[in-house]
Amino acid sequence: MDYSQFGSMIPELIVLGIFMLVFLFDTFSNEKGKKFLTPFTTILFGLGTIAIWLLPADGEMVFGGMYVNDTVTNALKAILNIGVFIVFLQSAKWVESDEVAIRKGEFYELILVTLFGMYLMVSARHFLLFIIGLESASLPLAALVAFNKKHYESHEAAIKYIMTAVFSSAILLAGLSFVYAFSGGSLYFDDIAISIGQGEMSGLLIMALAFVIAGIGFKLSLVPFHLWTADVYQGAPTAITSYLSVISKGAAAVAFFIIFVQCFGSVYSEAWEWMLYAVIILTITVGNLFAIRQKNMKRFMAFSSISQAGYIMLGAIAANGLGLASMLFYIFVYVVSNLGAFAVISTIEENSGKLSMDDYNGLHKTNPWLSFAMTLAMFSLAGIPPFAGFFSKILIFTSVTGTGSWALYMLVLIALINTIISLYYYLLVVKAMWISPEEPKIGSFRSACSSRIALWLCIAGIVFFGIVPYIYQYCYDAVLNSLSFLFLF
Amino acid sequence: MFGNILIWFVVIPVIMMAGLGLCRNSSMNAIRAVMVVCSTVLLGLSIWLCVDFLRLREMGVDDEMLYTGSWMWYAPLNIHLAVGVDGISVLMLMLSAVIVFAGTFASWKINPLPKNFFLWFALLSTGVFGFFISIDIFTMFMFYEVALIPMYLLIGVWGTGRKEYSAMKLTLMLMGGSAFLMLGLLGIYWHSAPEGGQLTWNILEISRNASIAQEWQNMLFCFTFVGFGVLGAMFPFHTWSPDGHACAPTAVSMLHAGVLMKLGGYGCFRIAIYLLPQAANELAWIFIVLTGISIVYGAFSACVQTDLKYINAYSSVSHCGMVLFAILMLNTTAMTGAILQMLSHGLMTALFFALIGMIYGRTHTRDIRQMGGLMKIMPYLGVCYMIAGFASLGLPGLSGFVAEMTIFFGSFQNADLFHRIFVIAATCSIVITAVYILRVVGKLLLGPVQDEHHLQLTDATWFERFSTVTLILCIAGIGCFPNWINETIQHSFAPIMAAIQSAAL
Repeated sequence: MDYSQFGSMIPELIVLGIFMLVFLFDTFSNEKGKKFLTPFTTILFGLGTIAIWLLPADGEMVFGGMYVNDTVTNALKAILNIGVFIVFLQSAKWVESDEVAIRKGEFYELILVTLFGMYLMVSARHFLLFIIGLESASLPLAALVAFNKKHYESHEAAIKYIMTAVFSSAILLAGLSFVYAFSGGSLYFDDIAISIGQGEMSGLLIMALAFVIAGIGFKLSLVPFHLWTADVYQGAPTAITSYLSVISKGAAAVAFFIIFVQCFGSVYSEAWEWMLYAVIILTITVGNLFAIRQKNMKRFMAFSSISQAGYIMLGAIAANGLGLASMLFYIFVYVVSNLGAFAVISTIEENSGKLSMDDYNGLHKTNPWLSFAMTLAMFSLAGIPPFAGFFSKILIFTSVTGTGSWALYMLVLIALINTIISLYYYLLVVKAMWISPEEPKIGSFRSACSSRIALWLCIAGIVFFGIVPYIYQYCYDAVLNSLSFLFLF
Repeated sequence: MFGNILIWFVVIPVIMMAGLGLCRNSSMNAIRAVMVVCSTVLLGLSIWLCVDFLRLREMGVDDEMLYTGSWMWYAPLNIHLAVGVDGISVLMLMLSAVIVFAGTFASWKINPLPKNFFLWFALLSTGVFGFFISIDIFTMFMFYEVALIPMYLLIGVWGTGRKEYSAMKLTLMLMGGSAFLMLGLLGIYWHSAPEGGQLTWNILEISRNASIAQEWQNMLFCFTFVGFGVLGAMFPFHTWSPDGHACAPTAVSMLHAGVLMKLGGYGCFRIAIYLLPQAANELAWIFIVLTGISIVYGAFSACVQTDLKYINAYSSVSHCGMVLFAILMLNTTAMTGAILQMLSHGLMTALFFALIGMIYGRTHTRDIRQMGGLMKIMPYLGVCYMIAGFASLGLPGLSGFVAEMTIFFGSFQNADLFHRIFVIAATCSIVITAVYILRVVGKLLLGPVQDEHHLQLTDATWFERFSTVTLILCIAGIGCFPNWINETIQHSFAPIMAAIQSAAL
């Protein structure tokens, strides 16, 4: 075996290295040393993130064509890393709490393992590796969801999560076994693409694709596969909820794009365009309509993130280079905006234990800065300029209308009307904080330094990276420079 | 980039926001100082721009847009930050500057959270100025939305009455309009060049390429016209306007009725008609019917309202309907009238809302049944209110007369029966306007004093006088010397008329 092939796996090696170091530190340090675990991991991870941003991706197919790290996957990994870094920062206070402190090593290790799995998911060019990535991304998450040992909600959420995760994997595997039948005994993406391109359309293929969509749809919580989302988001510790809502979603969305465009691109309009079309409409609309009635902020964010996933998938239905670039950019913006909102939610939860939207009434009187940050995050999620959310939405809409298809034009209309609905419920939060005349229920407090840094990072992302097109250009160049997606232009 | 004067119209409000950000919430004087300095600079800049613009035109520079500049922004989609102005935009910039200036003085004693109020106010003006200087439809749309969203907080936090409901209704309706608008703009972009050409968002290039097929034009025209029409308070999408205006604080009503509603008219003119001329020829009739209804319906509704702000809001529906109506007549005279009407209505409504705010601040009611004889108590405000009223009903010598006259002259040039019917109906609205204006003046200012508590009230303070005098001077200025406005805008119609005529062939 040629060990130099591992040289192509730089991001995976970095995450694995950090994992090993954290593990060793956690195992061999004494009580005193454990205090430094959090800054140690966070700083190490920050450095790793910078390394992944800066190191070039070689784009070589290694391990017999099973794995590739090209510019697209590298860009996604860098974006996910930023998200995880922010999650680490905002959870720094929570992991020091009495209940969690003794297990904080596990928290970091499990997150790093899931991140590693997500890396494999997007870099896989063979379904076996893809499944390995998917499983190692979802099983440790169940342990993380159950992290609040003493809360039964947390356990309930973990059971729900693991059941749906296993169930969806089973469905996905069933779909893949049909695909295997088509490809004549190969699970390489390239082989599958060729054999499907040559073969005839059949009911079996449609069923296979429906199963694959359902399987990945569970991870992305697309409607009608979303039923676990709200309960799990509500029950899980807030740090894990924010991790679940952005990181695993982003990875699954890009994996979806890669699989469907690379393997099943030739049957786009016959087989999966209309399925995805229906799923997107349902996802955006149902997510929005359910979010309106939510009073618990975590459930609220759950439904909001369902509908956001629908917008992310617009990039997949566009199935062109612009779509992929806009999707990456959307994920970045979604990461900073959603984590910004979660940073506020978790700070308030830690300092006052309040989670209901009614508790936010009159928040600006006691915590003007938090209210301001939350307002920006809400505006960005709703797609209001000059914040980044506006640009990510308009760019993804542009890529969809660029296909020239009449049906997709109408899809954009539906998505646009849905942004108005979403604006309504995002404004409800703003209304509670700024307009509601009631006396504030949350006292004034000073949040922890680390969560303030996390919040500032998110705000910087929200405010600057719409006006400054650097990230979009980075994503676009990534798609343009990646050999495997060149055909999309 | 900063060598271009137009950029400063956006940079100064941003500086204003930064300056406000540095002020402490309690130091009212610092906040006022920032606002006054920046809005004065903006006003000066816009006057200087107008003078320089006229000088250039005098020298025979007859490009469609002057002071153009274009900087690449989102390169993969060819999105530029492209700026340029013609006579119409120059006047609109000036109008906005005047109203921001007057609005600053009108909200001298805003409470609570003065700093946040002016921050959102500055963001709103950034959007307004940015919209008028852009010639790239992407940036234009962005600034358009920037101007819309601060309204939610401005009305919601500092408004009166049913402010939560009104703020939400206004925001959702306007954003709903902009959803359609955005779809229209995306359609325009993807058809902006002939097959194989470089797609563009630049208005001038799109119009030069003229490559949008008829059936697409028809659909996109409906999307864009409805999108902007919502902001222009076109029937049946006008319902946000009375509620929104009634609940908004004074300066916000001024800016909203005075400038923001003009964004609608300007957008219809600059994007819907200019870029989609074939569809404009074909489908104008639908919107003539709708705007015709808003003119008459708005005027009648104003007759029966008893809340001063509702009266004025419905009168705005009527007058803004007239702007869109005139634009749809598709001839130079009527369009000139439309621009005059935008200016005239902007100034006059701003004056109205400023005065209503001042009266309300003293009497604590806006119900005309509970007030009377105010002329004796506060003669200054009473006289100003009368002047605004006369401008609104079209007294010669004030701006309303010039605008409406030109609109109806122009509209009568379309000789077919359909146009005649609607023009005559629209003309009738002048009479109805006179009815509701005189009704208010009679009840509010003249007659016996209804409430003896009102006898203790004081007349306008210095900053209130300052704000109203500025506006009255402008109204009278337009009314007495409309010619220089004509000169400023006369070049602007040639390209649009050429597009319409070549499309009609």
